[in-house]
Amino acid sequence: MEDLAAEVLQGSVRAMARLITLVENEDPRAFEFLGSIYPHTGRAHVLGITGSPGTGKSTLTDKITSVLRQQEKTVGVVAVDPSSPFTGGALLGDRIRMQRASGDPDVFIRSMATRGNLGGLARTTADVIKIMDGFGKDWVIVETVGVGQDEVEIAKTADTTIVVLAPGLGDSIQSMKAGVMEIADLYVINKADRSGADALVTEVRIRVEQDAQIKEAAWRAPVLKTVAVEDQGTEPLLEAIENHRSFLEQSGRLKKVRREKTRQETLSLLKEEISRNVLEKILGKGRFDDLIDDIVAHRKDPYTSVKEIVGTIFPEEE
Amino acid sequence: MAGKKRIKVIMAKPGLDGHDRGAKLLARVFAEAGMEVVYTGLRQTPEMIVEAALQEDADVVGLSSLSGVHNYFFPRVVELLKEKGLDEVLVVGGGIIPDEDIPGLKDSGVAAIFGPGTRTEDIVEFIKEKVSRN
Ligand code: B12
Ligand SMILES: Nc1nc2c(ncn2[C@@H]2O[C@H](COP(=O)(O)OP(=O)(O)OP(=O)(O)O)[C@@H](O)[C@H]2O)c(=O)[nH]1
Ligand SMILES: [Mg+2]
Repeated sequence: MEDLAAEVLQGSVRAMARLITLVENEDPRAFEFLGSIYPHTGRAHVLGITGSPGTGKSTLTDKITSVLRQQEKTVGVVAVDPSSPFTGGALLGDRIRMQRASGDPDVFIRSMATRGNLGGLARTTADVIKIMDGFGKDWVIVETVGVGQDEVEIAKTADTTIVVLAPGLGDSIQSMKAGVMEIADLYVINKADRSGADALVTEVRIRVEQDAQIKEAAWRAPVLKTVAVEDQGTEPLLEAIENHRSFLEQSGRLKKVRREKTRQETLSLLKEEISRNVLEKILGKGRFDDLIDDIVAHRKDPYTSVKEIVGTIFPEEE
Repeated sequence: MAGKKRIKVIMAKPGLDGHDRGAKLLARVFAEAGMEVVYTGLRQTPEMIVEAALQEDADVVGLSSLSGVHNYFFPRVVELLKEKGLDEVLVVGGGIIPDEDIPGLKDSGVAAIFGPGTRTEDIVEFIKEKVSRN
């Protein structure tokens, strides 16, 4: 296989698209390429956009992208939609609302299916972001699955996380699980052309103030109104995002957060590699199936058996 | 589900044709057959369709036309795919397409045309067989 990493670094869009597929398929060949790309990452600002289904995440992504393009910034977009747990297939519909960006060959949009991962992203989304970053995109925008509940993984992945709410969709503070309100660096109340928008803005502002009283924080999430379909409020939104970015840089938070992110990522890679290696040894030779037979027949119990297996691989030191 | 290759399909409506029932139906059918389907929506230019195929690393591009624009748009998409080095992408089409146009479309590089009344299972089977051969 060609050196996809080298081609990506030289600016080949085709190589980037193919490498992303390898990564999505968790093809072992991807790791070497990711390794070569890694030194070139860390430059892009990663913007996460999350919120309930249909609040306007894709439309907003399109408009934000368009302002960034006017500023001559390059943009990559990762749009995540759920895979069916029954068939494994997926309908990836975010592109429909990204018509302007789709018509701009300098905007790279990749739709991703979750492939069984929970939390609003695919397991490999973070690596896909790195590829776009290494390719040289100034910004990478990540649109999560619209679940609006436990999808807090984005906060660990993005530098700036926007939570999008809209009136008339049953979006209210009460319906939000605690986690989602805690990850917002910025709130956007989209569909401000609809009634109920101002009430929602007030509700969220009160909540943000309460949070500040309960727990002191260096950053207080602003609440902005937009009408994404009409491109209203996009520029102030981008200014607010830029403010957050400056805050991250000047306060030293960016360094801290990225260090923690690196720690988590490296740790989970390590866990995967260890379990893969160890499991290969254990599951090979059919001994594991024999063990399951014994457990099913209640000749052995799973608790002691697991300890015994681990004991043979990592004998306790004298 | 992880660690498995999935067929990726771009489902597109080229031109100004507003008939999207067939395209939406097939997008669902393909997803239910285990494929990952990007629906691009209406009013796509051949350039947009090919750019999407490139970025999404698609295995298949599906074109749906019910307004008689297939003789221009379908071959143009094939041509642009070739220009981008995406020769191996399978192009299939459907909609209202007169029988006498089919040989010409096939000559231009469209793998197959499926008209009204085709069993969707047959379309799925055709795609699965062609893509697995690549
Ligand atoms: C419903 C319909 C409409 C609806 C469309 C609603 C919508 N959002 O889709 C409305 C009322 C809006 C409409 C409007 C018009 N329509 Co109309 N419409 C139809 C009708 C009755 C059915 C089409 C349909 O939805 N079929 C159901 C779907 C599931 O079938 P399908 O799309 O054919 O898909 C199947 C296959 O073709 C294939 N397939 C389709 N696409 C693809 C793609 C791939 C990749 C593959 C593998 C397979 C595949 O698989 C599907 C399953 O078997 C047809 C007549 C007909 N019998 O087809 C006329 C028809 C398509 N319409 C026609 C016309 C002329 C118009 C108008 C111009 C009328 C007017 N003067 O205003 C407008 C134009 C609208 C526009 N902006 O383009 C003509 C087109 C004539 C032509 N091609 O020369 C037709 C053929 C009627 C006729 N006999 O004259 N229409
Ligand atoms: N009235 C109004 N409609 C909007 C606005 N922004 C987006 N919409 C519409 O809301 C619908 C959903 O928009 P999307 O951008 O697809 O929303 P999304 O959050 O990406 O949706 P999912 O990805 O499905 O969760 C579309 O029909 C948009 O046209 C807005 O500001 N006002
Ligand atoms: Mg969306």
